Amino acid sequence: MKKAGIIMVIGSLLLLGLFKFPLWNIMLGAPQYPDPLGMDIYINGIQGVKEFDLQNIDGLNHYIGMKTIPKPEEMWEFSVFPKVILGMSILGAIIGLLVFFKKISYTSILAWFILMSFLGILGMYDFNNWLIDYGSNLDPHAIIKVTNPDGTPMSYKPPLLGFQKLLNFDVKSLPHIGGYLMFVGMALTLVAFWIGRKASVRKTTQ
Amino acid sequence: MKNIFKLSIGFLMAAVAFTSCNDQKSGQSGALRSSNAEKVYVAPGEHDSHYAFISGGYSGNLTVYGLPSGRMFKEIPVFSQFPTNGYGYSEETKPMLETSYGFIPWDDSHHPDISQTNGKLDGRWIFINGNNTPRIARISLTSFETEEIIEVPNSAGNHSSSFITENTEYVVAGTRFSVPIPQRDMAIKEYKGNFKGALSFISVDPEHGHMDIKFQVLMPGFNYDLSHPGRGKSHGWFFFTTYNTEEANTLLEVNASQNDKDFIAAINWKKIEEYVNNGGGTMMPANYAHNVYDEATHNATSTMKKEVRVVNPAEVPGAVYLLPTPKSPHGCDVDPTGEYIVGNGKLSANLTVHSFTKMLDAIENKKFDGDAYGIPILKFEDVLAGSVEQPGLGPLHTEFDGKGNAYTTFFISSEVVKWKLGTWEVIDRKPTYYSVGHLTIPGGNSREPFGKYMFAMNKITKDRYLPTGPEMEHSAQLYDISGDKMELILDFPTHGEPHYAAAIPAEIIKNNSRKIYRLAENQHAKKATSDADTKVVRDGKNVHVYMTMIRSHFSPDNIEGVKVGDKVFFHITNLEQDFDVPHGFAMIGANNAELLVTPGQTRTLTWEPKQVGVWPFYCTDFCSALHQEMQGYVRVSPANSNIELSWGLGEE
Ligand SMILES: [Cu+2]
Repeated sequence: MKKAGIIMVIGSLLLLGLFKFPLWNIMLGAPQYPDPLGMDIYINGIQGVKEFDLQNIDGLNHYIGMKTIPKPEEMWEFSVFPKVILGMSILGAIIGLLVFFKKISYTSILAWFILMSFLGILGMYDFNNWLIDYGSNLDPHAIIKVTNPDGTPMSYKPPLLGFQKLLNFDVKSLPHIGGYLMFVGMALTLVAFWIGRKASVRKTTQ
Repeated sequence: MKNIFKLSIGFLMAAVAFTSCNDQKSGQSGALRSSNAEKVYVAPGEHDSHYAFISGGYSGNLTVYGLPSGRMFKEIPVFSQFPTNGYGYSEETKPMLETSYGFIPWDDSHHPDISQTNGKLDGRWIFINGNNTPRIARISLTSFETEEIIEVPNSAGNHSSSFITENTEYVVAGTRFSVPIPQRDMAIKEYKGNFKGALSFISVDPEHGHMDIKFQVLMPGFNYDLSHPGRGKSHGWFFFTTYNTEEANTLLEVNASQNDKDFIAAINWKKIEEYVNNGGGTMMPANYAHNVYDEATHNATSTMKKEVRVVNPAEVPGAVYLLPTPKSPHGCDVDPTGEYIVGNGKLSANLTVHSFTKMLDAIENKKFDGDAYGIPILKFEDVLAGSVEQPGLGPLHTEFDGKGNAYTTFFISSEVVKWKLGTWEVIDRKPTYYSVGHLTIPGGNSREPFGKYMFAMNKITKDRYLPTGPEMEHSAQLYDISGDKMELILDFPTHGEPHYAAAIPAEIIKNNSRKIYRLAENQHAKKATSDADTKVVRDGKNVHVYMTMIRSHFSPDNIEGVKVGDKVFFHITNLEQDFDVPHGFAMIGANNAELLVTPGQTRTLTWEPKQVGVWPFYCTDFCSALHQEMQGYVRVSPANSNIELSWGLGEE
């Protein structure tokens, strides 16, 4: 049980990496931008990869009528996400400690994992909704209006994950260090659960 | 049967040998040509390995090339007005061209030299001299813009300039023409003994690069043609070639070619520096401009300096010596070790090389052969290291590869000759097309040359390109000098008449190149950093427009209330913070130029409307898909009209 507890603590503390490193990253490269423009999505706001990237992305996007990239105060997510992550990290660490001291059953770990996964999927869903709005809720007075072959306005929604061509831009959307730390952390909690389960099964068979 | 078989094999062998021999012959030149092509081919999207900064001669500017491709990247305006971007026309840059003679829009730029630390190129700045109106400019190698120009008083024909000592302590500027010092009304034929040649040691601030004339050595009235610093063991000395030691003032082509030997003047500047630091020399009244461009305010200021410290060399014992050197030497070149001083006697059959060690020895043993105006003359035989016998006709300049070889240009025989230092034997010679002047090896004026490429810059505009009428650009040849023999690998055209060039491996500077100016750091007094700052203000007849530019509009773009007889100052700030998004500004009927404003910068164009009407302005630099829409109007009313100033953007 000790091992499971330690791994659980480590796993949930890895979530705190999200306060230092971006969760996600979107890069936009084009013939005119051999050094691509990029945004790093943190749980508490969006920042440019280079100093003036956000300003320059906004500058380009105004041609096609996209809204500017939201400031932290413009989206409730950026104040709620940090609280959720901090809360889940502390909760996970406490569960780990309690498992370590054998105060509670290892199954709490799984409960934490399920809750975290649920929240994560919710977060992704919300993020994707924002991407859809950002890419398709366009200013009707936009300077350049591009339509699909069927006449509907073209959407500039960046992909949630992977690569996509948007006009002259190659857009690449991938998790960043904070995101990877979170995935590793969550995977570790599963490992903790599995170790806990093994130990407990061993105990009962003995 | 056996014999027939043997015979047919014999035929076969002969045929193979014959054809392969044939192939070899035709294939060799083909293979050679294609391997030369490979040597200069820089594939699209790849970088050249070296920068070459080639003087623009009578364009007054400095051009930036890549080696080995020979592609020109940029022309940096230095001493000349440059309508392409408004340099010398905008209010911010006009002070750069101020001198004691007033505003001078042109010069003849000659010898670029890159700053050094410990005798190695450090790539911080490049200096170049204006030959006609004596000036030295310092150009930043981060912004690739001219940052400072200092005028050199008491000088005329600023030719033996602008060479750098090995820690950039000084940039040195010598006068080609001797003149009365101070200038005065006197008979020209009283030249001899009365005219003087000023050699100026301009200190360079190690942090900001700011230049200040520390002292001028007032030498006898010879012509000081070229110079180079000592390095390594000879660091602390500076060497100048002279001609017209006859001190003739007319028909110099005959009268200045009489003496069998002229001199190389060896100046122990460390000794004079010490003398000056202890209060030596005298401050004399002078009048010269010092123009400094400030990157933060985006503005140049011009200050007139009123005195300069001069030193009489006869009063500083041990500071100056004269080394006899045959026949009007032109180039004065010091090898990477600092031991050999090459005097390229342009009318001499042989190339003279002096030894620094022997010179010190002769000085120590006081082996003098008279003096000139109190300056000791050393004996030719005592300082001579050796001479290259009959290497060619009309030697002008020598550079070094750092592997013990020297390369000398010969103007008359139109060739570059490679020879060995110490043995003085000629190793190779290659023609130039045609009549070479200077040559450059990257780092050639330093302790550590990068001896891979050498290029020769020709003096005669005649070239080997498609003809373009009586007037054409000059031509340069690039040689691969990595092997024993030089190999000509490229012809490329150069702008103006290049006099010397400085080249440097690209790695040393390319990552320092600036992309934008930060708007937040813009300290221009008349900037507008947002739409809220834009305004039009009248001050008597002067109208100040505080304008912004961003893809793809000006703000304001409609201005009314301007009257005939007004002077309109457009102070325009480029709000972009993205690399390579300059905007231009052109006003119909402007009597100056356009402006090119780089991101984060503020520039001012003055316009004096002379006719009533509604006059458009537009962006000259194709900046976006909506560049053509980047335009505006100024309404100009009669002088007596009482229409108030008004301005706007986007109001219907
Ligand atoms: Cu523009």
